[in-house]
Amino acid sequence: MSAKIKKYAGHPLKSAEIREGKVPTARWRPKAKYMWSAGVAMSRFLNELKNGRIIATRCNKCGRIMVPPRVFCEQCFKPTDNWTYVKDTGTINTYSASFIAGDASRIKEPIIVAIIDLDGASPGMGIQHKIGEINWKEVKFDMKVKAVWKPPEERKGAITDIKYFKPV
Amino acid sequence: MFGKKRVAIVGAGLTLFRRNLKETGKELCYEATKMALDSAGLTLKDIDSVAFGSAPDAFDGIHMKGENMIDSAGGWRKPFSRVFVGGGTGVFTANAGWWHVASGLFDTCLVVAEEKMSSCYPHPAHAFTTIFDPIMSRPLGTTLIWIFALEMHRYMHRHGIKKEQIALVSVKNKKNALDHPCAQLGANITVEDVLNSEIMCWPVQRLDISPTSDGAAALVLASEDVAKKITDNPVWIDGVGWCIDSTYWTNRDLYYPDYVEYAARMAYRMAGIKNPPKEIDVAEPYDPFDYKELHHMEGLLLCKKGEAPKLTEEGVTQRDGDLPINPSGGLLGVGNPIAAAGLMKVCEIFWQLRGEAGKRQVPGDPRTGVAQAWGDLMQYGSVIVLRR
Amino acid sequence: MEDVAIVGVGCTGFRPITPEFSYKEIMFEAATRAYADANVNPRKDIDAFITCGEDYWDGHSIFDEFVPDQLGAVLKPLFTVSADGLIGLATAYMLIRTGQFNTVMVEAHSKASDILTFTDIVAFGLDPIFNRPLGGHPYYIAGLEMTRFLHETGTTKEQCAHVVVKNRKNALANACAAYGADLTLEDVLQSEPMFYPLNRLDTSPLADGCIVLVLASNHVAKKLTDTPVWVRGVGWNSDTSWLESREWGRAIYAELAANMAYKMAGIKNPPKEIQFAEVDDLFSYKELQHLEALKLCGRGEAGKLTEEGITQRDGQMPVNVSGGALGMGYAPEVLGLQRVLEAALQLRGQAGRRQLCDVETGLAQSWRGIPTATGAVAVLSREVK
Ligand SMILES: [Zn+2]
Repeated sequence: MSAKIKKYAGHPLKSAEIREGKVPTARWRPKAKYMWSAGVAMSRFLNELKNGRIIATRCNKCGRIMVPPRVFCEQCFKPTDNWTYVKDTGTINTYSASFIAGDASRIKEPIIVAIIDLDGASPGMGIQHKIGEINWKEVKFDMKVKAVWKPPEERKGAITDIKYFKPV
Repeated sequence: MFGKKRVAIVGAGLTLFRRNLKETGKELCYEATKMALDSAGLTLKDIDSVAFGSAPDAFDGIHMKGENMIDSAGGWRKPFSRVFVGGGTGVFTANAGWWHVASGLFDTCLVVAEEKMSSCYPHPAHAFTTIFDPIMSRPLGTTLIWIFALEMHRYMHRHGIKKEQIALVSVKNKKNALDHPCAQLGANITVEDVLNSEIMCWPVQRLDISPTSDGAAALVLASEDVAKKITDNPVWIDGVGWCIDSTYWTNRDLYYPDYVEYAARMAYRMAGIKNPPKEIDVAEPYDPFDYKELHHMEGLLLCKKGEAPKLTEEGVTQRDGDLPINPSGGLLGVGNPIAAAGLMKVCEIFWQLRGEAGKRQVPGDPRTGVAQAWGDLMQYGSVIVLRR
Repeated sequence: MEDVAIVGVGCTGFRPITPEFSYKEIMFEAATRAYADANVNPRKDIDAFITCGEDYWDGHSIFDEFVPDQLGAVLKPLFTVSADGLIGLATAYMLIRTGQFNTVMVEAHSKASDILTFTDIVAFGLDPIFNRPLGGHPYYIAGLEMTRFLHETGTTKEQCAHVVVKNRKNALANACAAYGADLTLEDVLQSEPMFYPLNRLDTSPLADGCIVLVLASNHVAKKLTDTPVWVRGVGWNSDTSWLESREWGRAIYAELAANMAYKMAGIKNPPKEIQFAEVDDLFSYKELQHLEALKLCGRGEAGKLTEEGITQRDGQMPVNVSGGALGMGYAPEVLGLQRVLEAALQLRGQAGRRQLCDVETGLAQSWRGIPTATGAVAVLSREVK
């Protein structure tokens, strides 16, 4: 049928036509605001970040030490309430250098992002964070890194209480 | 055969894919739906139910957007429901159409997928910033491209894959798209063009990525007895599969999409496929990024892990190769109005198996094809197997 | 044809706020309860998982990203139906009827207390060109509908207030309900006018909570439980998206959904064959409008029957013994499962203080709320007919 159809529906517009108001539009800025309850597991995690520590939960059944912590092991489907600290050091599992901001605009100095497998957690238990104090071209797989924390008085109980990870 | 009833595709419709279309989401739905009905020689009176698919409401800028689209997708005063599995939605909507008919509840089902990304202004990328975990990811300023860059880099690292090999996918698909009448980005480009395009999030560059788009696609499904009255050459849905992996994507090894393999195994088991590379004649794996085509060929068990780049280099995945991959031009070439792009892939397999794909027709009288889509936080696979 | 039964139910209970738990933790609790009730291990025994919801309720684009872990669905076939839980149940029914799935889970959850701008989200569901720019609180749509319903049927505001008094009172006997209360007609009629003719107490207040159901095919259901609740019929339908061209006085979507479900269940005389009903009462008049649409009474009769006490817990046709949405709380997309949960407990004889005598067949019905004209119906029985 594809071959038999001569014309497909759709009237393409140029971006400039829209930008310059040459086609009618209706505008709306959604007012969508939320304040999510962090819950049992993540409340403790965030409070510990304030103390400069990373806390994990351990599953009694499979023994995995999980970061971010959770009140259940998703693989065993069992509750977990064994809390244990993991280190603020780890290895780079994978990384990228972002030249693009969230609004799709370009940024000059790239943000280096990485998945960091934390020491003391089960293998492959990574968290996402930024890498600093290094040129992005010098970052390597399996590189050892350590968290650089904000000073205690600036910490808010957020993942950004860690400024970034730096090579050790 | 599986199921209560065998389910056939008897018609398909598609709109142009473009960065900005004048049509509203409703108007796009109508156009695709009308074309699908016309192509099957049916009217809305013949339709018993509607399965609708669309990705985040944040694109169209309408909460519960499925409800807004009901009339335009042929759902007025009919059983209508929307399924939604992120980027996996397009192929999954066809799966949803399948169970409407295979359950024996309905003789016919319209499958409609729509996306109007341009309504998210000034850039659809805004919508993607709200797909991340509000505690672990959003405060870091996470973007969609950077999480995919992390996955691409891990995949390259584990198998020693070069950017040059991956760029071949973009070159192939944009070239294939030159023959697709709805395509947004058909082009003759070279590997050098890809490697010289601007860096977005290393190793992802501008030409590694599909565009944002507006568009819609539709199918008409019918039960076996009804399909045989409608057409002499129905295409059968012989297998459907889907799977989701853990939310905690930073706890997984991103080099391989287990969830695509599980979804594929589910669909192959239903379809009785034991040796996918031998039994599948043409495939449309999801390719919003060029490395994803390779990643998904492996997940679909069309080749071994890490082998897809080599097959691509050898020309096996060209339209006239032994295993044509994305003869439509894929998302990289035709465009990526998310849910509509996934369903476009099912439309392409439908046309290929009917021998109606025109200049895009793959040689060798294909009998079995597979389409696949991918979504969420690199965690969702949806798969459909079609046979003539 | 493979018959389908509900074999497990799990509920967290509904509360106005739940600041101590994340939505993930709430879902984990309901899922754990449902799996224990059904005696299944989700990691082995469930063939497909259905989660019901909408992005803007949860505050995530693509909210199903955040659901598999707490449901036991990691690396399993899970998907979202962007609809009320009762349409999720209908979807589970279809999956089992294909013969490819034996055991399917349906989940719907609300953490409405996480939303700081609820009214704005509801307004964001209006058509962006025709309706949204006109502004106003979107519940005016319910006011428009109620006015027309009262006008066409001769139903009175007092009769609607009877619904509120009954349902809030029924909720006092339901530990899962957030808003049990002993009210008088005057309390309702004298509460502040909100969207004329609706007063504040005519509307359901928001609530948090989660319900999970496990459904199974005939042969599996009989192995899992001695008290299967059979899904004898399901139906769902939508009237037009255009507000301007709706039939304001009638709930067409409920009429058509009921027709489908009754046909499937072989029900010819609904008031005779159905002993109790759980119907949508998001706004007081909706219970009456829906009872008529479901043909549980004639048009214009529901208000009178309510006044006469027919729909009371000890009446001839008990309606919303659970407390309905007015009593349990408005948990977006969970309303249908609230109704099904109560019907299932009644049919199993596990409704405690609320237990009705000798019930064989019940009906559950839902509506998706403002601004939709979409709803679903299920007919549930103790016996396969
Ligand atoms: Zn475990």
